[in-house]
Amino acid sequence: MRPFTYERAASPAAAAAAVQRNPDARFIAGGTNLLDLMKLEIERPIHLVDVNGLKLDGVEPAPDGGLRIGALVRNTDLAADRRVRRDYAVLSRALLAGASGQLRNKATTAGNLLQRTRCPYFYDTDQPCNKRRPGSGCAAIGGFSRQLAVIGASDACIATHPSDMAVAMRVLDATVETVRPDGATRTIPIADFHRLPGDTPHVETALEHGELITAVTLPKPAGGAQIYRKVRDRASYAFALVSVAAIVQPDGSGRVALGGVAPRPWRVETAEAEMPQGAKAVAAKLLAEARPTHDNAFKLPLVERTLGAVLAEAKG
Amino acid sequence: MKFDTPATTNPIDRLAVVGKPTPRIDGPLKTTGTAPYAYERHDAVPDAAYGYVVGSAIAKGRIVAMDIADAKAAPGVLAVVTADTAGKLGKGEKNTATLLGGPGIEHYHQAIALVVAESFEQARAAARLVRVTYDRADGAFDLAQARDGATKPEGGKSDSDVGDFAGAFAAAPVRLDATYTTPDQTHAMMEPHATVAAWDGDRLTVWLSNQMIAWTTGDLARTLDMPKEKVRLISPFVGGGFGGKLFLRADTVLAALGARAAGRPVKVALQRPLMMNNTTHRPATIQRIRIGAERDGTITAIAHESWSGNLPGGDPETAVDQTKLLYAGANRLTALRLARLDLPEGNAMRAPGEAPGLMALEIAMDEMAEKLGLDPVDFRILNDTQVDPAQPDRPFSQRQLVECLRRGADRFGWAKRVPTPGRSRDGRWLTGLGVAAAFRNNLLTKSAARVRLDKRGGVTVETDMTDIGTGSYTIIAQTAAEMMGVGLDRVTVRLGDSSFPASAGSGGQWGANNSTAGVYAACVKLREAVAGKLGFNSADAVFADGEVRAGNRSVPLAQAAGDDGLAAEDGIEYGDLDKRYQQSTFGAHFVEVGVDAATAEIRVRRMLAVCAAGRILNPLSARSQVIGAMTMGVGAALMEELAVDKRAGFFVNHDLAGYEVPVHADIPHQEVIFLDETDPISSPMKAKGVGELGLCGVGAAIANAVYNATGVRVRDYPVTLDKLLDRMPAVG
Ligand SMILES: Cc1cc2nc3c(=O)[nH]c(=O)nc-3n(C[C@H](O)[C@H](O)[C@H](O)COP(=O)(O)OP(=O)(O)OC[C@H]3O[C@@H](n4cnc5c(N)ncnc54)[C@H](O)[C@@H]3O)c2cc1C
Ligand code: SF4
Repeated sequence: MRPFTYERAASPAAAAAAVQRNPDARFIAGGTNLLDLMKLEIERPIHLVDVNGLKLDGVEPAPDGGLRIGALVRNTDLAADRRVRRDYAVLSRALLAGASGQLRNKATTAGNLLQRTRCPYFYDTDQPCNKRRPGSGCAAIGGFSRQLAVIGASDACIATHPSDMAVAMRVLDATVETVRPDGATRTIPIADFHRLPGDTPHVETALEHGELITAVTLPKPAGGAQIYRKVRDRASYAFALVSVAAIVQPDGSGRVALGGVAPRPWRVETAEAEMPQGAKAVAAKLLAEARPTHDNAFKLPLVERTLGAVLAEAKG
Repeated sequence: MKFDTPATTNPIDRLAVVGKPTPRIDGPLKTTGTAPYAYERHDAVPDAAYGYVVGSAIAKGRIVAMDIADAKAAPGVLAVVTADTAGKLGKGEKNTATLLGGPGIEHYHQAIALVVAESFEQARAAARLVRVTYDRADGAFDLAQARDGATKPEGGKSDSDVGDFAGAFAAAPVRLDATYTTPDQTHAMMEPHATVAAWDGDRLTVWLSNQMIAWTTGDLARTLDMPKEKVRLISPFVGGGFGGKLFLRADTVLAALGARAAGRPVKVALQRPLMMNNTTHRPATIQRIRIGAERDGTITAIAHESWSGNLPGGDPETAVDQTKLLYAGANRLTALRLARLDLPEGNAMRAPGEAPGLMALEIAMDEMAEKLGLDPVDFRILNDTQVDPAQPDRPFSQRQLVECLRRGADRFGWAKRVPTPGRSRDGRWLTGLGVAAAFRNNLLTKSAARVRLDKRGGVTVETDMTDIGTGSYTIIAQTAAEMMGVGLDRVTVRLGDSSFPASAGSGGQWGANNSTAGVYAACVKLREAVAGKLGFNSADAVFADGEVRAGNRSVPLAQAAGDDGLAAEDGIEYGDLDKRYQQSTFGAHFVEVGVDAATAEIRVRRMLAVCAAGRILNPLSARSQVIGAMTMGVGAALMEELAVDKRAGFFVNHDLAGYEVPVHADIPHQEVIFLDETDPISSPMKAKGVGELGLCGVGAAIANAVYNATGVRVRDYPVTLDKLLDRMPAVG
């Protein structure tokens, strides 16, 4: 960890400006991801802007009947929120499937969206990694890739996005609200928020340097059966091999997004037309472009089977 | 005390304290966070500087250049130790690779430098500034590829060959010939390897976390080329070891070198991401098992061959040894082959040899039972032997494998198992039951202790035995209390100090029996001293209730001790009873699993172990040992695997996020039963060990349960869902 300076921002715009002024500055929220990465010098900020005091920790009704979740709402609180449990059960379930109780008490909504990959080579600074050191190569390609992406990846990077929460956000059509250093705000649909790696895997989101997430907004409740199913080798405290977030309506229509398979929550809206036809048809469309490795080819049948179980559960 | 004839009745047989479920006497220290672990010895060493280890970024080759100027100039830095600055170092007898590498590199994350600074953060930051240029060499990293070049290991273990295996196997009407693999595994103990080192002139004291004080004292002196008498080791508490702390490791050598270079005490804990490649691990194996039997299930031929790899000078994983003894059969063959690999050093991990060996053998037995149409419990019982199959005049001292299997089957409801796989379902779960035998030899090693009786009637035991979370403090206190006729509250136990008499140490599940037998020997001597002082005939003296009695005289121990107290030192040494008798511990593991019909996720539902392991000194801590081992068995069966990068030659998942061990949610109801047993051949304590027995066979019982649930036979551990998926039933 490099020595760093630290400040508490007075307002969201001031926080954004403070980070923008310094190319080596970062926001810090719960710190559960950033601090680990700093200790390994995968992240090397020299200035931290603490956003915990910005009063962005409320969950309020949005004007259109949706829900506006402050960027600093803790994962534990969000999962336990009565409205979330009732109207957005897929989100509550996804949150509770992630990390551990202690981590969820610290982890924030914005921090969760922005958590970085769990590719093991990304964590080993003695290994080449295009995401950590652009242009150095990708040790995971041809290496140990059981956890890594089967779709959406590139020749530069095959990492997955590890968040559970983000998969639920994606299936719920959330939007991300931000403020920029000049005080201007914008909203980014979750579909456009996470980038695919292409040949710039170190660029992971649509955010500009210094752009602060202030909230994530959910549209009005979608109804239906809302299920999050996370598949992993051990029963808890592990990232997903594959996860399925689904909203299934009584007529069999619905939406589905996948975790653990791609550099971002994976949703293909056109695949959802197949939902009444069943899991095989949906999975085929969702994963049509898949290019798995030898180690992770099992994720393709696993997606189909997990989706099958989810659809069966939704039928009740 | 020489133990060379079977034990007769002795004071331990009173079982007033020994054998009673006794909470750990060191429990309150641990639960209040006041047990002094190595890295927190601020009490002993208030001014230690911090060391941070730099590991090699290549697996094999040479360091061409190393630039430490920036690191040395970084804030707070006191010293940088490298092979260049350290002076000539020796190598420990128990070490395979050197603990400070350079210029030659023998494995990934081999330590190549220690940066010492005022604070941990400064040391860590400066360590990143050490710049190294390497000349990378090709290495061998793939066991499957190296297998053909594997050779008979030099010295030590040879092949065994009894009767005519080839002929008998060819003639057997029912045969199995299958190959199994087990992966590299890491100990993943909670406390990392840690040391505080302080010099006083040419004398060195290290506070560390180590299982084997005498070995490590010798190897530290050897490595630093100094007399053993000038080295003191202190290791009273060890936060888990599992064999990973049997030896001198880099933390200790580097802390000593760092302290010398910095001119003040230095502490070093191996960073978690370094541990997997820097230290030792359980090596992967490829095992071929062949079993031939008559149609009635009698085994006529059994062969077990195992291939593993190691660095030059390293040993093979002895995965075939239990097959020499576990089942009857006139024609037998075992062989070990060792390939050269340039991965980190392979070495002991809990139940070395037996754990991976039984993971294979006990699946093979399940497969064979199925071929024969026999129940797997019955098949094992049918092939029980009460003698060493290679030397029929050499009996087992005790062998209750059959009783373990019967009792367990009864208790677990084995009769309800559906023999045809894939036929039992509970909602979304396919369920199955599995069984395996547990078997681990009992090893005898000399062990000494010193016992003092003070003027208040208190008893203090000192021995360099270690407590690695196992409960040594408590069973040693129980032993001394029983022998001296005092309550546990009158006994103080001091462990893990090289200035104390040398003990067996903690390893190979030999600690409990040998170290308490050493304490027994010292107590016998102390009793003689007490009796002698009082003019009692020591054979008649009874020590009980804080008094010593003979005839109609009784004297409080405090009075007997007098103002100066009395002390005695002795140890246990063994004759040839372990040659005349085969001493082993036995058990049976029963497991129920559920396998998700859609995702093939495997979750253990119930576990039972029935153990026969001599006298159980403390049923409470013995049970903890067994359930801990069963938990480790769940890891071995279902998730633990160091993933090898076969190009760069290292274990990729080198932290606790990537290397999964079971969490609470993975561990269901566990039950342990100890059969009544005393083994007068083992020692005056009539005890053996349980700490490794509990792990032996668990993995196979789980794999067999998965087979029973799904009909998919996985022969490559860990048994993960990807190995089942394509044979699971259709969803929906
Ligand atoms: C052991 C472990 C297990 C885990 N298991 C899981 C799991 O199973 N599933 C899962 O989904 N997650 C898991 N996680 C990840 C966890 O969910 C994230 O670490 C957490 O959500 C990050 O939130 P945080 O507030 O602590 O972020 P921080 O660490 O504070 O920040 C993360 C990043 O977000 C940036 N940032 C923070 N707030 C803002 C903002 N308002 N605007 C712009 N940028 C911002 C920071 O600059 C930083 O780059 C695990 C983590 C650990 C350590
Ligand atoms: S997959 Fe991505 S994160 Fe992993 S090593 Fe390659 S570039 Fe780095």
